[in-house]
Amino acid sequence: MSTLLEVSGVSVTFDGFRAINNLSFQIGPAEMRAIIGPNGAGKTTFMDIVTGKTRPDEGRVLWGEKSQSLTRMSEAKIAQAGIGRKFQRPTVFEDQSVFDNLAMALRKPRGPLAVLWYRPARADAERVHELAAEIGLSDQLSRKSGELSHGQKQWLEIGMLLAQEPRLLLVDEPAAGMTHEEREHTTALLVEAAKTRAVVVVEHDMEFVRRLNCKVTVLHEGAVLAEGSLDHVTANQQVIDVYLGR
Amino acid sequence: MQALLQQHADTIVKSSRRTIGPAIDAIAASGLEQAQTVLQKWQARAMWQRDSDGLFFWAEEVDRDTLRIFDFDSGDDLGTAPDDEFSQIKPNSGIRALLGVALVQFQLSDPNPQRRLDALQAIQRNAEASHLQPLRNSIESETDAGIRATKERLENLLTVSFDDDEAARIAAIEDIAGNISLDARSTLNPLLAVSPQVSEGAVPADRNVARTLKPGSAALPRDAAYEMLVAEGLAPARISPEAMRAALAENITDGRVGGVPVGRLSDMAARETAYAALAEAGTVPAFVREAEVEAALARHSFYEVYAEPSKAVTDAARAAMNRTQRNVHMSQAFDLTLDALSLASIFFLAAIGLAITFGVMGVINMAHGEFIMMGAYTGYVVQQIIPNYTASILVSLPLAFAVTFAAGVAMERLVIRWLYDRPLETLLATFGISIALQQIAKNIFGTQARPLTSPAWLDGAWTLNDVVSISYIRIAIFVLALIFLALFLFIMKRTRLGLETRAVTQNPRMAASMGINPDRVNMLTFGLGSGIAGIAGVAIGLFAKVTSELGQDYIVQSFMTVVVGGVGNIWGTLAGATMIGFFQKGVEWLNPSNTLAAQTYMIVFIIIFIQFRPRGIIALKGRAAGD
Amino acid sequence: MRTSYFVRNPSVVIFLAVLLLFTLGVTALSDGAGNGAISTSFIKTLGKTLCLCLIAVAMDLIWGYTGILSLGHFAFFGLGGYMVGMWLMYERTRDIVITSLANAPIPPTEQEVVDAIGTQIFGVVGSSEFPLVWAFADSLVLQLALVVLVPGLLALVFGWLAFRSRVTGVYLSILTQAMTLALALYLFQNDSGLRGNNGLSGLQNLPGVSAPQSVVSLWFFWASALALGLGYMLASWVVSGKFGSVIRGIRDDEARVRFLGYPVEAFKLFVFVLTAVLAGIAGALYYPQAGIINPAEVAPIASIYLAVWVAIGGRGRLYGAVIGAAFVSLISTWFTGGQVPSVNLLGYRVDWVEWWQVILGLSFVLVTLFAPKGIGGLVDLVTGRLAPNRHGADYGPDQGALMEEEGRK
Repeated sequence: MSTLLEVSGVSVTFDGFRAINNLSFQIGPAEMRAIIGPNGAGKTTFMDIVTGKTRPDEGRVLWGEKSQSLTRMSEAKIAQAGIGRKFQRPTVFEDQSVFDNLAMALRKPRGPLAVLWYRPARADAERVHELAAEIGLSDQLSRKSGELSHGQKQWLEIGMLLAQEPRLLLVDEPAAGMTHEEREHTTALLVEAAKTRAVVVVEHDMEFVRRLNCKVTVLHEGAVLAEGSLDHVTANQQVIDVYLGR
Repeated sequence: MQALLQQHADTIVKSSRRTIGPAIDAIAASGLEQAQTVLQKWQARAMWQRDSDGLFFWAEEVDRDTLRIFDFDSGDDLGTAPDDEFSQIKPNSGIRALLGVALVQFQLSDPNPQRRLDALQAIQRNAEASHLQPLRNSIESETDAGIRATKERLENLLTVSFDDDEAARIAAIEDIAGNISLDARSTLNPLLAVSPQVSEGAVPADRNVARTLKPGSAALPRDAAYEMLVAEGLAPARISPEAMRAALAENITDGRVGGVPVGRLSDMAARETAYAALAEAGTVPAFVREAEVEAALARHSFYEVYAEPSKAVTDAARAAMNRTQRNVHMSQAFDLTLDALSLASIFFLAAIGLAITFGVMGVINMAHGEFIMMGAYTGYVVQQIIPNYTASILVSLPLAFAVTFAAGVAMERLVIRWLYDRPLETLLATFGISIALQQIAKNIFGTQARPLTSPAWLDGAWTLNDVVSISYIRIAIFVLALIFLALFLFIMKRTRLGLETRAVTQNPRMAASMGINPDRVNMLTFGLGSGIAGIAGVAIGLFAKVTSELGQDYIVQSFMTVVVGGVGNIWGTLAGATMIGFFQKGVEWLNPSNTLAAQTYMIVFIIIFIQFRPRGIIALKGRAAGD
Repeated sequence: MRTSYFVRNPSVVIFLAVLLLFTLGVTALSDGAGNGAISTSFIKTLGKTLCLCLIAVAMDLIWGYTGILSLGHFAFFGLGGYMVGMWLMYERTRDIVITSLANAPIPPTEQEVVDAIGTQIFGVVGSSEFPLVWAFADSLVLQLALVVLVPGLLALVFGWLAFRSRVTGVYLSILTQAMTLALALYLFQNDSGLRGNNGLSGLQNLPGVSAPQSVVSLWFFWASALALGLGYMLASWVVSGKFGSVIRGIRDDEARVRFLGYPVEAFKLFVFVLTAVLAGIAGALYYPQAGIINPAEVAPIASIYLAVWVAIGGRGRLYGAVIGAAFVSLISTWFTGGQVPSVNLLGYRVDWVEWWQVILGLSFVLVTLFAPKGIGGLVDLVTGRLAPNRHGADYGPDQGALMEEEGRK
């Protein structure tokens, strides 16, 4: 299996605190991966590095078949290259309608002039409707997204991610604060997405991770502690120590 | 003595400045101990000549018609006599000055040290060659060490200027090389004074030439060089466009000038043709063409000569001056550093309150400048009530703090606390308060500047030498800034309020759950920041004019200080104030005539600086920075 | 699917109609049209107000829609005024010089005319040489191009520097304020080449035009109305489509837009430059009506007032900006004009010229606190469009760019 994203030997220090310590990580083009780890393990910082928000002090982050280095690219360029990110808290544009939110995310030219002259084509509207159906928000399209429930916002954000047609999805705690039914819907969305692209889910909730049924990477103190199936890593003594305390 | 006087009686009686010299010299050089008395009385118009025998006496007027006569030689009181038997010797001011010079040698050895010092100062003010010898003579017998040093120093300077012996002058010049005092520099400067000269052919070898000048260079522009030739009568004057125009206008005949129709004269070439025609006819002086100018310039050499003929002396003076200049520059750099430190402490004082409200609380207070203004006006009002300046300053410092603290707390309670999550709105709301406060101040105190006078002990300046000095007010402000730095650090690191403030800054929710009341902490912190602005206002008012726009002058600089320094760190504010202060003074030094330009460049510099350190000099890094 | 632009934006149609009616009505009542119900000076005031409305529209675009509280747009406004003022002053002085030299016995050369103009214009700052910045002053076309180019270029350079280093929120506001202050201080210098604090004057006279001021003022009034109409249409077109979506996204959550792949800095820069150009055009129309421009016009305080107008009118809606600018600037003119009778209040004589600033300042605080939507919020009451019941964080146009960053913590 070829590699879509390769992170090797990356370290980041904040004011003397090593948030990421010689971290290496790989993921293939159509793979689901869960990242777990205690608070402060560096999960969010890892995502920040991949999406260009934080620059690593050392190490390489390579992307795609051409092995582009992501460490020198801007956030926008990285997103255009095909990496989508969903934040922990749902961040949708609350002042705008669900339709506008999705339309904004559609994979189209991103430059200011292109956007200025852009007028929605029929195919674009259809694509938005399609996505809305997928995330279950078909009848909410004209509502302001600020009026949606918490779970709906999470789905809208996932829908926006899908609209971007990324090759790698980074999802930060998608199930936080969701009801049981909402979780199932979310799981289904992610599993469906992982069929055609790479998906990395950061999650605390073991139940949710188990349901995703995928390979798991355990982070601890900024480095990979264990990797493998959920059962494999939960049997690992070190992981137990880290999670439960010595 | 009487004999001597009689010998010169004619010149003394019909004295004029030109002829009196020998008489004075003879008296001064007589070596008689009465010489000083004679000269003094003469100078004081107390010398009288008896009409009957032509003898000289000195006299006191007893009343309008009666004189009390004294003999010069014995000093005896000769009793009174009617004044119509005597005629008064009335030296004019020129002679009195000469007498003064002659008296110097006596004053220099006067038993009263104060008289000796006065004499030295008189020489210093108005040195002449004749002073040199008496001064030298008086050094030997000088007993007071301090006065002796002064005399030696002065002797040295006079040697530089007036000694006949070249070697002695050069030695003296080398002695004062590097001395930055004003009198040393003003002694050297005349030696190096040059005047531009021009002569046909090569530079003459017998002149003490400072440098040769090339026409068309920066030191001697081409036009100026030709002007010199014209002034010396070495070349005909050029015809300026205005002169040509006037000449043409005078010679219009039948709508034509020199055969050219007037209507065509809006063209320069046509004008030259017309003028050439007039010159041909002899009505106007010939036009000097460029080539002629060029040739004239080439025929002559231009140079600067020293007024001082001796090359050895001027070379020594030049070398000494270079050393002096170097020392002057070093002193100026030091002076500039002091100025910059003083400016930095003003910025720091103005910005420290802002650093608290903006840096610690994240609240931008556009009315901060008006709090500074309120502090200054508080000082002014207190001075109206308490006339003693020292007492009024001591009262107004805490009072200004109290007034602005109250204003700050009121503003926080009424406005800012509703806007904590909307920083841009805070900016605008506080701006609204700012313009209201400014206008209210204008309505109450009027638009003219109000004086806030500093106590007498803050007047004057601390002077290190003739270049370096700094006024006491600025030193006081520097000290005040240090006190506030210490106070701020103490409050933040050592008091309960500081602990709670830091807690609320870092995590308000957590702090609240620990039993800290964030409302109260915010209120007190804001009050503290505002109160410090008030005290800064009193300090600033002492040297700036107190107007309703006082705050406006400092607000942008204060924001810049905080932004450049880095938000949320008092050391950053200090570093920012220092940097801005030094930069502004540095630019002013490069371009001293233009403080507006200095401010413009400073702001441009800050905008560029932000490029490289967007979070300021001392930045919080990583996730704590909240990016 | 594709409906007409005007049908989708009824407020534009209403606005344009109101503007047209207003322009026609004022024209009909004007001195220049022979009616005389409205004095020439009031026509000028109205024309100036229209220019202020145009810069308010620009301000709304950059602040209300993109979330950048620029305290520097009056710098661009002033620059536009200076650019057109240079031509007006040059040509007018040229007319005067040529008239005065016509009586001379010898006709002047081209150089003499230029020198005389230089002496006339720069004598007041002790110079007679033309500085480099006046190189194109004799060409109307070039100076009109500079009206757009100079503010645009300054905005481009400043914006590029500021946005590139990710300066946002109040920092950016202060930085724009600093830029304005730097420009004002620069212009205050006598050797800036623009006559220091004397500024440029006599701009109300159009060179080569013999029409009376009552007619010229109408021309400028129409030009201002046209510029406002076009500017309004341009602005509403920009914010109506996906571009509007993106810039409002930038206002509400800059980082999220960036992770969607939009080059946020380029968008900000685009809007910043566009609004600077609009401001420059507004200034170029304003100062010929004001007759004089000096560096005090560029001072930061003016730009803050601009923010005040837009806030009082209502941010995030273009007509709000127009209403705010018109309302506040007209009422300010009225109060500071000294025509409002003084009132006795408990024995204290309240002189409105003195107290108007206080009222303005305090009313601004009140609007910020209690009516964040401004006057435009009244329209919502009429149309029954109420604020949506938002769950979660409240990221509306009422909040600044820093807010959502804090909200996320």
